[in-house]
Amino acid sequence: MSDGVIWLTFFTLSVFVGIEVISKVSSTLHTPLMSGANAIHGIILLGAIIVTGTTTNTVAVIVGFIAIVLASVNMVGGFVVTDRMLQMFTQKKKPAPKADAAKGEGA
Amino acid sequence: MPTWVQLVYLLCGVCFILALKGLSGPKTARNGNLLGAAAAVVGCILPFLYIDHLKNVPLILLAIVIGTVGGVYGARTVQMTQMPQMVALFNGVGGGAAALVALLELHEILGLADAGVDPAKFALAATAFTVAVGSVSFAGSIITFAKLQELMTGRPVIFPGLPILFGGSLLAAVVLAVLLVSDVALWIAIVLALVGLLIGVLLVLPVGGADVPIVISLLNAFTGLTVAAGGYVLSNTLLLIAGTLVGASGTFLTLLMARGMGRSVTNVLFGALKGGSTLGGGEASDRPVKSSSPEDVAIMLNYAERVIIVPGYGLAVAQAQHSLRELVDLLGERGVDVDYAIHPVAGRMPGHMNVLLAEAQVPYEQLKEMDDINGEFKDADVALVVGANDVVNPAAKTTPGAPIYGMPILNADEAKQVVFMKRSMRPGFAGIENELLFEPNTTLLFGDAKDTMGKLLNAVKAL
Repeated sequence: MSDGVIWLTFFTLSVFVGIEVISKVSSTLHTPLMSGANAIHGIILLGAIIVTGTTTNTVAVIVGFIAIVLASVNMVGGFVVTDRMLQMFTQKKKPAPKADAAKGEGA
Repeated sequence: MPTWVQLVYLLCGVCFILALKGLSGPKTARNGNLLGAAAAVVGCILPFLYIDHLKNVPLILLAIVIGTVGGVYGARTVQMTQMPQMVALFNGVGGGAAALVALLELHEILGLADAGVDPAKFALAATAFTVAVGSVSFAGSIITFAKLQELMTGRPVIFPGLPILFGGSLLAAVVLAVLLVSDVALWIAIVLALVGLLIGVLLVLPVGGADVPIVISLLNAFTGLTVAAGGYVLSNTLLLIAGTLVGASGTFLTLLMARGMGRSVTNVLFGALKGGSTLGGGEASDRPVKSSSPEDVAIMLNYAERVIIVPGYGLAVAQAQHSLRELVDLLGERGVDVDYAIHPVAGRMPGHMNVLLAEAQVPYEQLKEMDDINGEFKDADVALVVGANDVVNPAAKTTPGAPIYGMPILNADEAKQVVFMKRSMRPGFAGIENELLFEPNTTLLFGDAKDTMGKLLNAVKAL
């Protein structure tokens, strides 16, 4: 199998997986899902690190520096903000005080 | 690349799949997100471990620290009401980063070409794609951010010749991409990036108010695909898998959202050019309406058996959701059966209202989705509409020419009494007048939602 075909295989399968995993999402979770997916493509940070770490050209290093800053904002900010949203969804069921109480009793 | 690194990349890719899967269920969402974050961190540590003599390490670390501090600061300080523009901004910088990475990789390819290695045409095509679409995503997201943050008008911006300019830019991008593949040169890629920026701006300018969230989702999918193409160029499986996952799920999510609003994606993007988008006048009407005092509404609510609350973005902007929850709790204690009817696009993004109410610690069970509660409005004594407008506008059902025609709405008009809490008679996000305001069984309660809600709460307490 040629190299290109292998990559095409990865791509095609990922497309189907990507659609399949979110096909049953409730509209309640559209916003966090969008935000979480947004954070995942922040993995471009990995690419930015690789290209910056393998060049010696000064201009390229500067451009790479900017790319890393932007990609980190995307990745880290994306995951943190998604967690902040989802934290609120779990809070209102108020399991936390009960769990604490149970711990207290256990100790 | 050592085999163990490739295996770890594969593992990270699987974690991303599980993260997305987790994010689509309420119980698993938070863990899903944390799993995704862990996989992303592991993925980014790998190059430091397996690349011999990784250069510029202090600079790379400095850049990561700067980006992390900025990202965390933004993520922690943003108001929940401003969430859509925050997602847009994060998405935009990601797209920008992908375009820059592709430019750098092209620089690398050129270096190799000088050394006699013939660049693969398909890799060049993928680079061109990343540069162009990454730039579109960057510029488009910035304009989206500006629209939602009200740095510029939220209405569609159209000028004569825009379709021609847009078409011309698209054509130019294709020509430049073909040029780049046939005769690789850095300047072509840079021009392509600039044209991409222009396309991004022109793409989002004609999109009006209520449709902006769909565009955010679409641009999110674009960035995913750019990252995937970048993964191909860099021969990095993790980037390819992660980017494709986001591209595919993002595209699907965009279609889901558009369907929830009764619009097609092409109509969202190009509707304004045909004059069919959310192009309302936005002027306040001076037709007579029935307005009332908080005390009267308090009596109406207190002696009702069934009340349905329709919350909208205005509620959250005024930060009145805490008082609203108090009011609902109080009515509940007095034996009134109260639920919240959540329109799929209440707020400014699908699911946004659920986040905003969750922030005010409204119990999840009281939030009813549209399809579950729409049949119950006819038995409700009062429908209390707080800071919402378009989602209860009967024009969506009755007026074929209206911009929101076809959008599923909450049947608040079927309730025995309808109370609107509004700041003014200005129309909603979609910019069109709501006939429901002028119905005989509709009462208006004017004022700032937080202020009025406080008065209403006190009035109910006093009964």
